[in-house]
Amino acid sequence: MAINWFKYASPATFYFLAGRMIPFFTVVAVLLLLVGLYISFFVAPTDFQQSEAYRIIFIHVPAAWMSMFLYLIMAFWAGIGLAFNTRLSSMVASAIAPTGAMFTFLALWTGAWWGKPMWGAWWVWDARLTSELILLFLYIGFMSLQAAIDDPRRADKAGAIIALVGVVNIPIIYFSVQWWNTLHQGASVSLVQSPKMATAMLTGMLIMALAAWMYSIAMILIRTRSIILERESRTAWVSELKEGVTRS
Amino acid sequence: MILWIIKRDLLLAMRRRADVLTTLFFFIIVVSLFPLGVGPEMNTLRIMAPGIVWVAALLASMLALGRMFSGDYTDGTLEQMLLSPVSLSALVMGKAIAHWLITGVPLVLIAPVLGIQYDLPAESLMVLTLSLLMGTPVLSLIGAIGAALTLGLRGGGVLVSLLVLPLYVPVLIFGAGAVEASAAGLGFEAHFSLLGAFLLVSVVCSPWATAASLRISMG
Amino acid sequence: MLTANNLGFSRGNHKLFENLSFSINEGELLLVSGSNGSGKTSLLRLLCGISTPDEGEILWNGAEIRDLGEDYYRVMTYLGHLGGIKDDLTAIENLRISCALAGNEIDEGQAKEALGRIGLVGREMLPAKVLSQGQRRRVALARLLVTHTKVWILDEPLTALDVTAVDMIRQLLEHNLSKGGLVVMTTHQEMEISAVTSQHLVLS
Repeated sequence: MAINWFKYASPATFYFLAGRMIPFFTVVAVLLLLVGLYISFFVAPTDFQQSEAYRIIFIHVPAAWMSMFLYLIMAFWAGIGLAFNTRLSSMVASAIAPTGAMFTFLALWTGAWWGKPMWGAWWVWDARLTSELILLFLYIGFMSLQAAIDDPRRADKAGAIIALVGVVNIPIIYFSVQWWNTLHQGASVSLVQSPKMATAMLTGMLIMALAAWMYSIAMILIRTRSIILERESRTAWVSELKEGVTRS
Repeated sequence: MILWIIKRDLLLAMRRRADVLTTLFFFIIVVSLFPLGVGPEMNTLRIMAPGIVWVAALLASMLALGRMFSGDYTDGTLEQMLLSPVSLSALVMGKAIAHWLITGVPLVLIAPVLGIQYDLPAESLMVLTLSLLMGTPVLSLIGAIGAALTLGLRGGGVLVSLLVLPLYVPVLIFGAGAVEASAAGLGFEAHFSLLGAFLLVSVVCSPWATAASLRISMG
Repeated sequence: MLTANNLGFSRGNHKLFENLSFSINEGELLLVSGSNGSGKTSLLRLLCGISTPDEGEILWNGAEIRDLGEDYYRVMTYLGHLGGIKDDLTAIENLRISCALAGNEIDEGQAKEALGRIGLVGREMLPAKVLSQGQRRRVALARLLVTHTKVWILDEPLTALDVTAVDMIRQLLEHNLSKGGLVVMTTHQEMEISAVTSQHLVLS
């Protein structure tokens, strides 16, 4: 059976499809979050080196993963939008950016919280934290550029270029920072370098990561829907939608 | 054809010498302000010198990015460039080379003098100058993408800094790192080969990305 | 032959035109007129390939101009209402550089001769900033004297020109049309141009 994928690429079809999918992803995200937090705080054993403070990794590590994944996914969709002129993929890319930036910020914030008891300072120029900070700048650059451009088509394409340039640069930036860090400080205690990670810890972290995924998908769908409404406000189907709302 | 563009941009810069000098003086002033901020302790300054000179070079090169395409944009020359039978990437390469000759080279030439302000030893001065010589073209090339994307936007000048400064990080790390490594008696060859690699990558990729950005911004 | 099929274009949320089709053969002239903001300049920018249409296609001898790229630019001259004239360069430098950009390098003598013919004798070495609006326009139009291209796309070429200059441009256009060239232009002024066929497109 052949599925007509182009049907889903139409913003109108996507709008209604996403509307049906959002509750599912939201519910799953909440459930996973509850289970994940329970395991993280009550089931996972206390780390003998870092005591209770280590528990922040259950938020920090998934957030850091998400921040990087989301940038890649954002660049991917933006690139598809640029190459094939598909409006929906560019809209999805714009919808990903704020969630990605939020996770980047969360990773930095939780990193600082962990840093205070571990290193005795809120901020250390650790290679991972520094790369994460630069990633936040890249997200901000992408969003500011799109916000500064009035014409949505130009905004989509310009955003795609800067996202792709960012993707090429991320590994270079990461290894530069790594090199710079070892040169200046020597290896520091890393947040995720637990010598032996208990199974409960690993499970907790994976469930939290899954919750972050579900949350991101739900958020991205919600945001894509609002972008679609904004961009398509003059089309017939949105007008019908508006009439339906006022009538009921 | 690239030569035509370079020649023209240099000619324009010659007729507007003040613009070139502004960038250069900006660089000198920023570097000279740091000792006033952190105190005249020579040992501290000597350690900080490479970083300060490099950050100032980043900022100076970035400030001049606004001028890279805006003049051609407002008087309609950019339209002619887009419609040239010569490939736009080649023209962009010419613009980036001209930008480097006008803003990068003066920085490279003045850097040893500024290094003396910070009491850098002769070898460090030489490494600093060489690292700037290899790194500043990368700044012009990467910056061209940002300049092309922000063409004609409100607040384009500030926006371009948000876009390109994070991308300058590797050049900053290895440029300043080379000087520090040589001062510490370690080899700086690795830093230089990486700077060279960045230069190669940006020569290959940046004109293409800039040309695409210009078509997007003009279309 | 330059063909436009079902062109549609909008600026922001404002639709400028849709389902616009026409075709221009060799030796033909297309005059585009319409009130301010009706999309004349946008149409010309589509035809020369600076912008891409939202819908429809533009073909040069049957091939999409976007795909032809530089091959199309080689046979096409576009003169926007911004002439691409640099204040700090002299008339000669301006002309030589814009010709070089168009892939048609000319020497100083040729540039001087062209500027003389268009009525700028004695002004060749002056920086463009001291020239009047009409004289700057002539510097931009001097490109048409030396170009070898076939397709001319001209946006308001007659603005700020006096009667003699308008007459000169008319002759230039007629010459190009008689050689089998194509001209697309926008204008507010009435001008009698003898072309094999001339079409008039009014945008509303």
